Amino acid sequence: MSTIEQLNEKMESLQQMEDGSSLKTLRHEAFSEFRKNGVPTTRHEEWKYTRLGGIMNKDYNFSLDRHSISKEDFDAYRLPGYEEANELVFINGFYSGEMSKIISEELVVMPLERAAAGEYENIITTYLGHSRNYLVDGINAMNTALMHDGVFVFCKKNADTKHPVYIYNIQDARSSNVFSQPRSLIYVSQNAKMQIVETYITIGQSESFTNQVMEVVTMQDARIEYYKIQKDHVQTNAVSTTHIIQQERGFAHAVTISMDGGIVRNNLNFIMCADHGESHMYGLYFLQCNTHADNHTIVDNIRPNCLSNQLYKGILSGHSTGVFNGKIFVRQAAQKTNAYQSNKNILMSDTATVNAKPQLEIFADDVKCSHGCTVGHLDDEGLFYLQSRGIPETKARALLIHAFAMDILEQIYLDPIRKYIDQEISERLENE
Amino acid sequence: MKTDVLPPIIQEESDDRAVIEKTVQSEYKYGFVTQIETDEAPMGLSEEIVRFISDKKNEPAWMLEWRLKAYHQWLKMEMPQWANIHYPKINFQDIIYYSAPKQKVKPKSLDEVDPELRNTFEKLGISLAEQKRLSGVAVDAVIDSVSIGTSFREQLAELGIIFCSMSEAIKEHPELVQKYLSSVVPVTDNFFAALNAAVFSDGSFCYIPKGVHCPMELSTYFRINAENTGQFERTLIVAEEGSYVSYLEGCTAPMRDENQLHAAVVELIAMDHSEIKYSTVQNWYPGDKDGNGGIYNFVTKRGICKGHHAKISWTQVETGSAITWKYPSVILKGDYSIGEFYSVAVTNHHQQADTGTKMMHLGKNTKSRIVSKGISAGLSNNSYRGLVSVSKHADHARNYSQCDSLLLGDRCGAHTFPYIEVKNKSALVEHEATTSKIGEDQIFYCNQRGISTETAVALIVNGFAREVMNNLPMEFAVEAQKLLAISLEGSVG
Repeated sequence: MSTIEQLNEKMESLQQMEDGSSLKTLRHEAFSEFRKNGVPTTRHEEWKYTRLGGIMNKDYNFSLDRHSISKEDFDAYRLPGYEEANELVFINGFYSGEMSKIISEELVVMPLERAAAGEYENIITTYLGHSRNYLVDGINAMNTALMHDGVFVFCKKNADTKHPVYIYNIQDARSSNVFSQPRSLIYVSQNAKMQIVETYITIGQSESFTNQVMEVVTMQDARIEYYKIQKDHVQTNAVSTTHIIQQERGFAHAVTISMDGGIVRNNLNFIMCADHGESHMYGLYFLQCNTHADNHTIVDNIRPNCLSNQLYKGILSGHSTGVFNGKIFVRQAAQKTNAYQSNKNILMSDTATVNAKPQLEIFADDVKCSHGCTVGHLDDEGLFYLQSRGIPETKARALLIHAFAMDILEQIYLDPIRKYIDQEISERLENE
Repeated sequence: MKTDVLPPIIQEESDDRAVIEKTVQSEYKYGFVTQIETDEAPMGLSEEIVRFISDKKNEPAWMLEWRLKAYHQWLKMEMPQWANIHYPKINFQDIIYYSAPKQKVKPKSLDEVDPELRNTFEKLGISLAEQKRLSGVAVDAVIDSVSIGTSFREQLAELGIIFCSMSEAIKEHPELVQKYLSSVVPVTDNFFAALNAAVFSDGSFCYIPKGVHCPMELSTYFRINAENTGQFERTLIVAEEGSYVSYLEGCTAPMRDENQLHAAVVELIAMDHSEIKYSTVQNWYPGDKDGNGGIYNFVTKRGICKGHHAKISWTQVETGSAITWKYPSVILKGDYSIGEFYSVAVTNHHQQADTGTKMMHLGKNTKSRIVSKGISAGLSNNSYRGLVSVSKHADHARNYSQCDSLLLGDRCGAHTFPYIEVKNKSALVEHEATTSKIGEDQIFYCNQRGISTETAVALIVNGFAREVMNNLPMEFAVEAQKLLAISLEGSVG
């Protein structure tokens, strides 16, 4: 049976599940959408540069569950600073309560199914599945149709969450290829603050495909910092969607670091549906070998007086490919919007490729919007300057690249994470 | 809200929005119908029609074969849907594919051309006689598909330059046509290119021999006259080694309620050290202010820098058409070749434009430059869509792109879709874009110095488009500037 057939079968069986009417309806709608759209090909404008066909043609083991990884296995992969952090663990796409650790009182964490049936029903009905309005491509629908054992995180009003939340998406690829679909909804109440770090880990040498969707709601005056770290091995593929909905004066700050993996696709959406929202998105893709990293961002300015700022930087060597597609929508009501977007790339080898598409769609006139994009190589004069001061060429190169990446690194406000990434970059530069 | 329900009288000069509205409401100046008898094909498209057209034009068999091949390909193709434009489905059987002004005997000189026809050109301000005497521009005028007369041919012929209509070229220079026709835009390139290849009725052919610097601007004026006709012209320009040519193309159409179709193909071929400069002022009827009628303009334009140090430069001023779908491109095949694209696109009322360019860097040390200025007013949508691709072996390619949008009014849209694909590490590609409106401070500054808001807006818009306008040949620059003002009359905010 092909992967698609297996997926269809799995979706069909999930249709029968009774777990809160809103989830059931969502799954049902997503299933028909998936059947309609299927898996996107490169003929789909949003997937022009990223090919999923190869991933879908593999044989996957769909019977893996949340128990296949032990605590000891997991310990080896924890991120620095975990002692002081809340940890949410997904295993093969299913939320594992036993492995997770919640130390902040301000947080309420529960399975999505339970939240939908209980006091959070309203939130679930309003926000879960919001991303499908923006991602009409079958992949998002696939996750929704297979939504099972997801997690709901509620951050209480006025909470100043001191401990960040680390989210681990762990795949067990020790014996077979694994296909996982983690799903989560995070709700940050009025005036609350929260930091999230998300990472992807595949244990074992078989292949993995993770199709993850996370939806985040920041209510009035809430503040969220979100860091995504992708440093998985080359046999791993991921489509990772982070969809942030911002209410009045909501503040969101996102940093995406992609360093390794097979095919990695990131969808990062900021929906600024109320006045005076502010969002910052930063990204660094530092790629080597055959890694393909595709960053798609959407900033939808619906209401006036919002600010968004975007900076994505790429360093590409080996046979790697970097894709950047940034979209800014400014709707007619969104007067006095300021939206900036910038994408800078350095090509280190003749076999690396950059595809960029910085896109603006503007329907309001009183706005300031700009975008810029550059592709180039290391500045010869800069290199010469350093060499003339006695710094050997390789070291000079490393210095310049490190400086290039620094703009993004300094946007990581969580010290242990920033130091960790900085260290990783230094190590890679030394090895090159 | 329709623009015509807005108060027609402006209360105060300082009321920017009202001034803009007034300007926006100006009507199309070139909407008149020339009463001349036309020789038309029956409506619709079929193999018979393709044969009919070919037969009407006394074409050789290879030409008919070529057309039929295109027609059969076209049948298999689908209309492209990716552009940011919206329009009702076009019924390709509802169009007359061939319409020629009826003339009993072919005129030997321009003086013999139907006076009605010449009047048309005079109204357009490009009287052939005038042009011939004063401006030194050789005009090949095309009304509804057939070239009616070419001026200055003899003088050009002395230099070895061939400048004639496509149908004449097919008869008199078949070897050149066969060699170059569809070598840049293959018949199967896209839906509209295939359609054009099947039914194109005329166009211009231009051949500049080795080392010749064409002494004058060559020019064609296109005009759609008859009702329900599509204009499918095909232009082919070949510049041999070391030659230079500057080519001007202008387009207008009379006012009609229905939408008319225009699907042209232009091919440019530049050899070693040659340069082709192609300028367009497109002012097809854009439809009335409620969005009725207007031309659907689906054009494929592409040039190839075949030799080293070749240069192709596209300059366009797009103010007309209900829909514009047009991407003049350059294939930079030769080493050290240069491609340029300068564009001003103005949309008003319900107009939609999706236009831009493609720069394909294949050779080494190639350079390209893109300057695109979009101005939207009324309820219109204006998109820039461009591709810069640097292939693996295109060492030291250099590109600079700039696309700026100006919004006049809060009901229009400005969109940018730049595609950048780089596969070579020595490439240097830069792209920047901005979107803004005319600043209140800028208007205030002008007002303060006694310049009315309307004039101030014209001034600022012209300044905004200046970089592109400067690249137009003199004859066009004046016209283009006027067009810009007409298109935007009353639309300033």
